[in-house]
Amino acid sequence: MKIIQQIGIIFGICWVSQVIESLLPISFPASVISMILVFLFLCTGLLKVDHIREKSDFLLSNMAFFFIPAGVNIINYLDILKSNAIQLIIICVVSTAVTFAATAYSIRLTIYLLNRRKEK
Amino acid sequence: MSALFESNFFGIALSIFAFWIGVRINRKTGLVFCNPLIIAIVLISAVLLIFRIPYEAYNNGGAIINMFLAPATACLAVSIYSKIQILKENWLPILVGCSVGSVTSMACVYGMCRLFGLDEEMTYALIPKSVTTPIAVSIAQSHGGLVPVTVIAVIFTGILGSMFAPFLIRLFRVKNPMTAGLAIGACSHAVGTSKAIEIGETEGAMSGLAIGICGIFTVLFSLLI
Repeated sequence: MKIIQQIGIIFGICWVSQVIESLLPISFPASVISMILVFLFLCTGLLKVDHIREKSDFLLSNMAFFFIPAGVNIINYLDILKSNAIQLIIICVVSTAVTFAATAYSIRLTIYLLNRRKEK
Repeated sequence: MSALFESNFFGIALSIFAFWIGVRINRKTGLVFCNPLIIAIVLISAVLLIFRIPYEAYNNGGAIINMFLAPATACLAVSIYSKIQILKENWLPILVGCSVGSVTSMACVYGMCRLFGLDEEMTYALIPKSVTTPIAVSIAQSHGGLVPVTVIAVIFTGILGSMFAPFLIRLFRVKNPMTAGLAIGACSHAVGTSKAIEIGETEGAMSGLAIGICGIFTVLFSLLI
């Protein structure tokens, strides 16, 4: 019953998020709304981690598995993938390095500015 | 015979079996590019192509697995919440780093897609590729991107990040473990985080935190395009 309860809480929040998504004028994904809702419920104490621990451990530790069908769908798009393979690889490699550098330097700058303010 | 493949159980059982093989191979070899998800996708694709089973038949079961993505994304909140103490202590550098990282990634991908003349479907599939799969998939979906391309690009990016993280840390002379962790999480989500955990405890925690926060920032910025 404990697990059923936890599934009920999570699926309930997911459903409410879909309702919110359909009411919003902008295209904000329901799954992210449900993530924000769970976070808010945890922060306000409305929900305790214990209420959903087993279910969330199950979902988080098996996350990769749930992407299999979405990934297998690639067999319907093999031609597109083949004709753009080199571009895709370049885009992934370059943007990964650039994102790493931008994140690292912006944090370094923030910490530097914070420390300088402290010294003053 | 084809009716047998249309059963919901076929798609689910095949997926679980393929993923189990993927996990086994990954543990045996210990190589990052032997990612269990990639192995499972390749195995299932091979089975479908060799036995001429239509994707739609497989997807009768596949759709049920796919449904779990939404609750799995919701549970990312639990992993952010468990690091709330670190978040409170370093909220400014974390928020600045994750927002700059998210914008840079999206702008960089967008610019290169234009440069290579890729169409809208491809561009929107690739823009969210640095964030964790469930969030990337929902962004791609809501903008009309090719979701399967998103899944492949996200995993590939994650593998790149985890392979090159130690090299990038040296290249950009990152000394602070917090900075290193956030940068790894921002560019290569959960797959990179598994590497960050190996590098150090702070790196791992920070990288894990960056997954969720960069995800939210990327959704917010994607509303602007």
